[in-house]
Amino acid sequence: MSHHLVVRVVAKLLMPFIILFALYVQMHGDFGPGGGFQAGVIFASAFVLYALVYGMDAARKVLPDGALRIGLALGVLIYGGTGVLGLLLGGNFLDYSVLAHDPVHGQHYGIFAIEFGVGLTVASAMATIFFHFAGRGANLDEMEE
Amino acid sequence: MISTHLPALQIILPLLAAPLCVILRNGTLTYWFAVVVAWLAFAVSALLLQEVNAIGVIAYKLGGWAPPWGIEYRIDLLNAYVLLIVSAIGALTVSYAKPSVDQEIGGDRGYLFYTAFLLCLAGLLGVTITGDAFNIFVFLEISSLSSYALIAMGRDRRALIASYRYLVFGTIGATFFLIGVGLLYQMTGTLNIADLGERVAAVGPNRTITVAFGFMAVGLAVKAALFPVHAWLPNAYAYAPSVATIFLAATATKVSIYVLIRTYFTIFHHDFSFGVMALGDIFMVFAVLAMLAGSAIAIFQTDIKRMLAYSSVAQIGYMVLGVSMATVLGLTGGMLHLFNHALIKGALFMAMGCVFYRTGSVSIESMRGLAARMPWTMAAFVAGGMSLIGVPLTVGFVSKWYLLLAAMEQNLWWILVFLIIASLMAIIYVWRVVEAAYFMPSSAGAPTDIQEAPMAMLVPMWVMVLANFYFGIDTKLSVGVATRAAKFLLGDAS
Amino acid sequence: MEWPGLYNYWIAIFLMVTGLYLVMAPQNLVKKIVGLNVFQASVFVLYITMGKVTGGTAPIIAEGIEVYSNPLPHVLILTAIVVGVATTAVGLALVVRINESFGTIEEDEIRELEEAQEDAS
Repeated sequence: MSHHLVVRVVAKLLMPFIILFALYVQMHGDFGPGGGFQAGVIFASAFVLYALVYGMDAARKVLPDGALRIGLALGVLIYGGTGVLGLLLGGNFLDYSVLAHDPVHGQHYGIFAIEFGVGLTVASAMATIFFHFAGRGANLDEMEE
Repeated sequence: MISTHLPALQIILPLLAAPLCVILRNGTLTYWFAVVVAWLAFAVSALLLQEVNAIGVIAYKLGGWAPPWGIEYRIDLLNAYVLLIVSAIGALTVSYAKPSVDQEIGGDRGYLFYTAFLLCLAGLLGVTITGDAFNIFVFLEISSLSSYALIAMGRDRRALIASYRYLVFGTIGATFFLIGVGLLYQMTGTLNIADLGERVAAVGPNRTITVAFGFMAVGLAVKAALFPVHAWLPNAYAYAPSVATIFLAATATKVSIYVLIRTYFTIFHHDFSFGVMALGDIFMVFAVLAMLAGSAIAIFQTDIKRMLAYSSVAQIGYMVLGVSMATVLGLTGGMLHLFNHALIKGALFMAMGCVFYRTGSVSIESMRGLAARMPWTMAAFVAGGMSLIGVPLTVGFVSKWYLLLAAMEQNLWWILVFLIIASLMAIIYVWRVVEAAYFMPSSAGAPTDIQEAPMAMLVPMWVMVLANFYFGIDTKLSVGVATRAAKFLLGDAS
Repeated sequence: MEWPGLYNYWIAIFLMVTGLYLVMAPQNLVKKIVGLNVFQASVFVLYITMGKVTGGTAPIIAEGIEVYSNPLPHVLILTAIVVGVATTAVGLALVVRINESFGTIEEDEIRELEEAQEDAS
C-alpha cells in the first residue's frame, strides 16, 4: 500500500497517537479500567498498521525479530521477577504488600510492574504473531497488484 | 525460609526457566539449564511429599490473599504423589533428550523445544498443585498449548495434522471443564476446591450442579483420552518427536486423571458422584471397553509408537476402572497404575526413541534383527514390555494385582475376566516386537552400520527400567502413599 | 418465570451448539477454528451473564452507589479470552504449516494424502 500518499501520511500521523493511547491505557491500569493486556494489543496495532502501509521489510527494520523475542521473554520475567522479589522480601510469591514500607504503596508498585510485564509480552506476542503470519505468504505489496 | 515457599518454587522454577531459555537461545546451554531446572523441580516435589507425609496438608496463599478469595496452592497426599510422578518423569526425560532433540529438531531450534518442554512441565505441575478450580483450567491450557507445539515439531508432516486434531479436541475438553467450573461458581460463589467441596454439599443436588457435573465429566474424559473420546491420542503420540512422546505419554493424561479424581472426590462428594449420579457405572463400562478396544487395535499396528499409544488408551482404561469402583482398594489400584504406567510407558517410549535415533524408523520391519545390534535398547524394551503385561516382580503386576483385589472385593467377577483378556492381548502385541527383534534376521535392504544408542540416552532409559523393577519389589512408597491418599479421599480415617 | 426468562442463557446455548456444529461439520480447517471461537464465545457470555447483578453498576467504588456487579467473572473471562486468542493463534499457525506441507486445508483431501503416505511407508 506504500504508493497511496494519503494512507502513508495518515498512517504516519496516527502512529504517535496510537502509541500514546496505549501508554495511557497501560499507566491507567493500576487504579482504573485499563491494563497491560489492552495496552499491549493497542501498542502492537500501531506496528501492524505500519507493516500494512510500509510493507513487512520496513516494519521488521523497526521491530527486528531478535528484539521481539527478547521482549516476549523479558515481559514474563518481569512478571515472575516481581513475584520472586516479594518472596525475597519476606512475603509470599506475588505478594506486593512487602515491596514498600506501606502495603498500599507496595500493592501499587507491584501491580504497576506486573502490568508492565504483561504489556511488554502481549505487545511482542501480537507483533510476532502478525509478522510471522504476514511474512510467510505472498508479499503484501504484491497481493494488491 | 525456603521450606515455607516450596509450593511456589515448584511452579516458579520451570515457569521462569522457559523465557530464560528463549533468551539463552543456545541449544547446548538451554539443554543443561533445562536439566538443572527439571532436577530441582524433582527435588522440590520430593521435599513436598516428605513434608506432607510428616505434617499433613500444606496450604500456600499466593500473593498473601487468604482463601477462598485468593488463589491457594493446597497439597495433600494425592497431589504430592502426582507431583512426584510428573517431576520425576520430566527430569529423566529431559536428561535423555539431547541426542534425540539434536537429531530430530536440529540444534539451532533446540532451544524452542526446551522452552515448550519447560512450559508444559510448569503447566502440568500447576494443574496438580493448585487448589483453585479456575486456576486448573489456566494451567491445563498452558500445558496443552505447549504440548501442541511439542507435537507439531515432529519431522513427519502428519505430526502437524495430529497436533491440529489434538488442539481441537483439547480445547473442547478444557472449555467443557470451564463451563462446569462456571456453573459451580454460579451456585456457590467460590472457586476454591476445598471450599467448593463444602458448599456444593450444602447447596445440595439441583439441576445446575448436575449439569456442571456432566460437563466436567465429558471435558475431563476428553482430556484424559478415555475411550471413546481418545481419537486425538494415537496419532499425536505416534508422530511427535520421540522425547515429546515420552513426556506426554507418561504425564499428560495422568494429570487429567488426577483432575478427574479431584473433581469427583473432593468437589462433588464421592457419595454424590458415585452413589446418586452413578458415575462409577458409566466409567466402568467405558474403562472396560477402553481396555479391550485399545489392546485389540494395538495388535494390528505396524508403527510401534502408535501401537504403544493404543496400549496407552487401554492402560487409561485400567486407571479409570480403579477410580470408578470408588473403594479404597480400587482407588489405590487406579492411583498405583497412574504411577506405574508412567514408568512403564516412559521406559518403552525411551526404547523407541533410541531405535528411532539409530534407524530413523519405528515400524515393525525396522525392528527385525535389531536385538543383535542394539542389545541394551531391546533388552529395555523387553523389560518394559514385561512390566506392561504385568509379570510378577514388575510394577505392572502390582497395580493389576490391586485392581484384581478391588474387583473381587466387590464381587465383580466379569471384570476379572476382562482384565485377564486385556493382559493376554498385551502379551501378543509386545511379543510381535520381541519376535521381530530377536528371532528374525534383519531385512535385506537394512543398513548394516547400526550401533547401540549413545550412553546419554541409555543411562536415563535404564534408570527408568530399573525403577520398574524396584517399585515392583519394594512397594512401600507407591502403595503406601496411594493407600493413604485413597483413604484420605474417601474420608476413611482407619 | 415467563418466556423467554433470562434470554442470555438462550444466547449462550445457541452459540455453544452452533460452535460445536461448526467444529464438526466443515471440512475446512480454518472454519473449524472459527467454530472453536464461537464455542468459546458462548462460555464468555455465560460467565459475564452470571456476573451481572440487577441494578448494579461497574465495580468501581464511587459515592452514592451501593450495588455493584460482580467483577470476578469478568476477570476470569478476560483470562479465558487470552487463552482463546493463544489457542486460535496456535491453531492458525498449524493450519498455515499444514497448507505448506500438504498443499490443502480441506480435511478430506488431507486424509487421502495421509493414507497414501501410510501405504507408502
